[in-house]
Amino acid sequence: MAENVKPRVRVPRDATAGEAIVIKTLISHTMESGQRKDGDGNTIPRSIINRFTCEFNGELVIDVTLEPAISTNPYFEFQATVPETGTFDFTWYDDDGDVYTDSKDITVG
Amino acid sequence: MKSLLKTGVAAVAIFAANVAQADEEANLVINEEIEITVRTDAPAHAENLSTIYSGWVFRSDETQSLQMDDFENPGMIFVDDAIDTWNTVEGSEGNSCASCHGEPESMAGVRAVYPKWNDAAEEVRTIAMQVNDCRTEQMGAEEWKYDGGDMLNMEALLASFSRGLPVNVAIDGPVEAMWELGRDIYYTRYGQLDLSCANCHEDNYGNNIRADHLSQGQINGFPTYRLKNAKLNGVQSRFRGCVRDTRAETFSVGSEEFIALELYVASRGNGLSVEGPSVRN
Repeated sequence: MAENVKPRVRVPRDATAGEAIVIKTLISHTMESGQRKDGDGNTIPRSIINRFTCEFNGELVIDVTLEPAISTNPYFEFQATVPETGTFDFTWYDDDGDVYTDSKDITVG
Repeated sequence: MKSLLKTGVAAVAIFAANVAQADEEANLVINEEIEITVRTDAPAHAENLSTIYSGWVFRSDETQSLQMDDFENPGMIFVDDAIDTWNTVEGSEGNSCASCHGEPESMAGVRAVYPKWNDAAEEVRTIAMQVNDCRTEQMGAEEWKYDGGDMLNMEALLASFSRGLPVNVAIDGPVEAMWELGRDIYYTRYGQLDLSCANCHEDNYGNNIRADHLSQGQINGFPTYRLKNAKLNGVQSRFRGCVRDTRAETFSVGSEEFIALELYVASRGNGLSVEGPSVRN
């Protein structure tokens, strides 16, 4: 597992039905591009997060493919309309097979 | 535009039309909770200033807004790392920081009074020196490199729990000799460009030096996350960068001269709030 990987998510606690809310996510990750060389001239192997998804009550909200040019600690900010009370599930997929998850509940009142 | 920014709506920054201008009237509230004093009356010993300003007020709207919300502040990632370190046992004594100090919240106020005199060692200590003293004496662990990554993360953690508290560095008593050395250095011209700290940061703050908007050089926001190098920067490394830019041979990070200068410059910010980890360009 890559070191010091910590997902962070911010979702409002509550919303009105149909409201577009702002979701912010940040995951600490080195995002080693595979293009760099170490002091001895050897290529440092690529190690990035290659996919990020957000689901709401099982329904896909956003599905992102990440490429090696994306910098350290990738940050996503996007909007979602919330029809009902439920849970956002966030998933990050690492090159090395690790999967990092986080989830947030939101109440529609 | 500015009133929206004040409410902490970060997305608004995307639409800010004028990227180069700083809003010197803005107020800083972090997480809509921690009120930061970014301008106040100068302490009596900063005799050539009437008002002191945090470097935050000199930055662009976008950079300012990054510091209004911990989620947007890239420096807080390093604080998270340091919290893990805080709880990690290292060294021969079987201690972590938490073994003696408990929760990091207990360190509130510590950052605000450093550098300060240590009676036992009979020296002025920066917070980095005190951290290393803890590591070698209490933990039996290796010293961290001055202004190295581990040290800056820990300094950022200590600063983050003192945010909003006023800087209150003592300048009299046993530290007086070091403080006066620091003041001498501050007003001494160095390098081929023949510049003292005061030439830029006292005589010309608010003006531009080529593309850079000069601040008062206050250090209440250190360690600082700089957008130019995307990492935390220590006070003394920043001093070295400044002195280097005068085309002088610089003092070393951790040297007596820079400890004295850190003490003096910190005392010029007495009354501003601790802000670290701050965001600057």
